[in-house]
Amino acid sequence: MSGRLLVEAVNDALHVEMERDATVMVIGEDVGRAGGVFRATAGLRDRFGPDRCVDMPLAEAGMLGGAVGLCMAGWRPVCEMQYDAFSYPCLDQLITHVGRYRWRTGGTMSFPLVVRMPYGGGVRAPELHDDSPETYYVHTPGVKVAIPSTPADAKGLLAAAIRDPDPVVILEPKLIYRTARGDVPVGEHVVPLGKARVAREGTDVTLIAYGAMVPVAERAADALGRGASCEVLDLRTLKPLDEEALLASVRKTGRAVVLQEAPRTLGFGAEVAAILAEKAILDLRGPVLRVTGFDVPYPYWQLEDWYMPSPARVTDAVRRLLSF
Amino acid sequence: MTELAAEPSLLRSIGDDRTPDGECDLGDAELLALHRSLVLLRTYDERSVVYHRQGRIGTYAIHWGHEAVQAGAVHALEDRDWIFPSYRESAVGLLRGIPPATVLSWWRGHPAGWWNPAEFGVASICVPIATQVPHAAGFAWGSRLRGDDRVALVFFGDGATSEGAFHEGANLAGVKRAPLVLLCNNNQWAISTPVADQTRAAALVDKAAGYGMPGIRVDGTDVLAVHKAVRAAVTRARFGEGPTFVEAVTYRAAPHATADDPSPYIDPARVEEARRNDCLGRFEGYLRRRGLLTDELAETVREEALDLMRQGIAAAEAEAPPDPELLFEHALVDAPASFEHDLAELRRIGR
Repeated sequence: MSGRLLVEAVNDALHVEMERDATVMVIGEDVGRAGGVFRATAGLRDRFGPDRCVDMPLAEAGMLGGAVGLCMAGWRPVCEMQYDAFSYPCLDQLITHVGRYRWRTGGTMSFPLVVRMPYGGGVRAPELHDDSPETYYVHTPGVKVAIPSTPADAKGLLAAAIRDPDPVVILEPKLIYRTARGDVPVGEHVVPLGKARVAREGTDVTLIAYGAMVPVAERAADALGRGASCEVLDLRTLKPLDEEALLASVRKTGRAVVLQEAPRTLGFGAEVAAILAEKAILDLRGPVLRVTGFDVPYPYWQLEDWYMPSPARVTDAVRRLLSF
Repeated sequence: MTELAAEPSLLRSIGDDRTPDGECDLGDAELLALHRSLVLLRTYDERSVVYHRQGRIGTYAIHWGHEAVQAGAVHALEDRDWIFPSYRESAVGLLRGIPPATVLSWWRGHPAGWWNPAEFGVASICVPIATQVPHAAGFAWGSRLRGDDRVALVFFGDGATSEGAFHEGANLAGVKRAPLVLLCNNNQWAISTPVADQTRAAALVDKAAGYGMPGIRVDGTDVLAVHKAVRAAVTRARFGEGPTFVEAVTYRAAPHATADDPSPYIDPARVEEARRNDCLGRFEGYLRRRGLLTDELAETVREEALDLMRQGIAAAEAEAPPDPELLFEHALVDAPASFEHDLAELRRIGR
């Protein structure tokens, strides 16, 4: 075990999985010579050559469409989208083909591709380097979606995604790429998709979060101290969702606050709230509250601290819920 | 400037009553095999329009007059090469052994229309315009990286050249020297939009230069010319020289699809001309001049194709209604728990 940064854990996973399986290849913009703008793919080109860590033309839809063809030719492509908001062109291929092609072939052909990208705000970046696009991906049938919050999960979920026979999208919280540090198992390490993680045990309220919102939930729990015993549930995989863990936690606490950096309407928090309404109504002692971004364009960065869900907004929601 | 200016010349092999035939290095057997393919595609198309009118298949995209582009191209490939069709080439898999019942089932909206692309070297029918071009580029590039001696050929229309997916796929193929043939069936119309509203380029083939690949412009009603052009492109690709853009010029002498009425926009004189010079008639004239085709043989080939279609539609119609299980079964390798629950609920409630 060693203390590694989250982005280093991503890099580690790629090295280990490409070593393990010669059909795994990394494609993306600036992933080869530069090692990725966040250096997530550093060293891969030297180690595995320019045919397995490939600098691609700047064309996100073409890249993902090309990855569909690479799968047909026997590869397992891992596509890096340079930023969250630059991934939108790839939705064309994701929606029209990636999520449908297996069904279209009656299950005779698999598309074991991965799309990974840094996502989220708070990094003082220019416009369109800050989005939380998970809903678009989660809403696409035939595609799985995972979002790690720790270095160990960043490695393990990516490894699981690469080994998975279905298309998987991984969103990596860029805000904590170089601030989240933790032990990461050396060598092969797989965290199964579809399993949530109880990041902190508690009895009064469940804070449901993923990605960069997990540390926000933990800070809120710290701030509440003895005022409220918070359980922090890190969903890790949004689709397939670990409903069992979600329902078990809310059965215990009777209260739920969902954190989400994306705009509120139809965000993942709405899905969590709907599931709790359908399946946990008698366990709930108050409304399911959401702490989210707003239904506005992601702002220029001097305003972004007002946009980002903060520990203060979470503690406020918890207090309101406890006094319901 | 609404007319295309300074069009590059068209590659032709088959003459007509006024012009001589060009050279052809195909043997008699191959020429007759090409003829059978043209007749099969033509028969498929004409029967499909009838089946649609009879309510036996759904909306159908007509390919009447484009058989030479399809058959000429497929015959220029090896069996191990892959074909990426658009809906306009829905039946091209018939030339690779996909049963007519399968493709008819696809147009019937039945999962019996599924096939395994790897079994036939034919990708699934692509509906959204040009989005199959990057698939073909990625497949060709990926095959080369693996050391496989395979070439890919992708069909698309003139309208597709305006799509980003065409550009991104063609560019990727060029950059990676992918063994790919980009075959554009320029039938002059994207539903109701003429090619002059798609591009200011004098000819679509001119786009090839922008991707660093050669282009060939060929008469798409001349099956031998198409074959020759595609074979040259395939040879280049197989020898590691990268992709080629082939523009096959045709004219859409039929509606876009059974749901389309072209009368408000089409030029009836051009339709009439295209029907007079249709690719099957031209090729049959050529074969007769060479003494290879008799009325009797033509009739036999036509009857064989009709038989296949009769068997195909009967088999497609004999398929049982699809079980709702098929909603879920192949969406993912690892089905989520919700699928089982949803299916159980459907079975309990019914439709």
